[in-house]
Amino acid sequence: MEFKDYYAVMGVAPDATQDEIKRAYRQLARKYHPDVSKEPDAEQRFKALGEAYAVLKDLEKRAAYDQLGSDWQPGPDFQPPHGRRGDAAFSNDEFNDLFESIYGRGPSQGREEGAGFHARGQDHHAQVFIDLEDAYTGATRSISVQTPEVDERGRVHLRRHTLKVTIPKGVRAGQHIRLVGQGMPGMGQGPAGDLYLEVAFNPHPHYRVDQRDVYFDLRIAPWEAALGTQVEVPTPGGRVELSVPADARAGRKLRLKGRGIPGPVAGDFYAVLQIVVPPADSEASRAYYTGMAGQFAAFDPRSTAGA
Amino acid sequence: MDHPSMLPQATVTILEEQTGLSLIEVCRACAVNADGIVELVDEGLLAPLGREPHRWRFTGLHVRRATVALRLRRDLGLNLAGAALAIQLLDELDALREKLRALGTPGA
Repeated sequence: MEFKDYYAVMGVAPDATQDEIKRAYRQLARKYHPDVSKEPDAEQRFKALGEAYAVLKDLEKRAAYDQLGSDWQPGPDFQPPHGRRGDAAFSNDEFNDLFESIYGRGPSQGREEGAGFHARGQDHHAQVFIDLEDAYTGATRSISVQTPEVDERGRVHLRRHTLKVTIPKGVRAGQHIRLVGQGMPGMGQGPAGDLYLEVAFNPHPHYRVDQRDVYFDLRIAPWEAALGTQVEVPTPGGRVELSVPADARAGRKLRLKGRGIPGPVAGDFYAVLQIVVPPADSEASRAYYTGMAGQFAAFDPRSTAGA
Repeated sequence: MDHPSMLPQATVTILEEQTGLSLIEVCRACAVNADGIVELVDEGLLAPLGREPHRWRFTGLHVRRATVALRLRRDLGLNLAGAALAIQLLDELDALREKLRALGTPGA
């Protein structure tokens, strides 16, 4: 466990007042809240912020943190206090507090442990990266999840276990796969929470994805663009024959309807034309380009009409 | 460790594509009691089909919206109206980003 500088996380000086810490927290929480922010690391930053604030907002915890410095054991990885360290900085209650503020996504329910108390376990949230091709065909992934478990001595351990997940066909980036009963265990007779996996696509070397639609740069030669041609286009669902009309311009989008991400409303596949000019790397090809220049003397590529 | 073929297999649904969810199911998915959802409906943040609460039918998108509203309230200390305003502005932001993307490089 590396030392975390909570003051740096919150962007405040080590001698900041409690008011300054609260202000910094409110400001950064709005900025990095995962539901608000589009920053790719918003979730991590928001969690780190919550962890830092949970300690710095509390005078006692802050003093303990200041005193322990790099010996500080923060976050979910740290051992429950009545263990190795004799002079525990936390009581078990405080530990639970911290723990919930880090893990909790639903309203806190875990406080009233009692004979007749039942509560549904909290939901777990994680991200899963899949290939675009998986969305076309469906797939299975083994994912590893960490669930906190309380042993008979009341200590909390993170248990890592593997879960086989069916990635449904037609799933899109930003959607959530819900796995019933795979979240945190319930209390008493309460059912377990659910696991939500937010889907993201691995970057693809050839395809770009926009909602249900898939884009592909189709490279064609100048004469194919001018005269039209038939080409085979590799879509994630297989190769498809596509006709390029004569006089096609670079950047033109040719649509293959329904060849995007499948579903009740299937997306479309777009081949975006890129005209690739052969290199003038020999005497003969240079002569050919010179001939073209004579042939198309009236052609001005920079005129607004374009021809 | 578990052997791969022995791995438990969970029931899978795509949250955003669920339809016909009852108030009870939404409460369960959002881990709140019925009042917590009723006040989101009263605020106009969720518009389920059906008149009376016991006939309400929600979609997965409602669940997602409710979850975001509840998280914003808890994490940022917003009240109901503040959360509703934030969500409305986030929706507008998404729509504008969508338009921007349609004008620029698609999928970039």
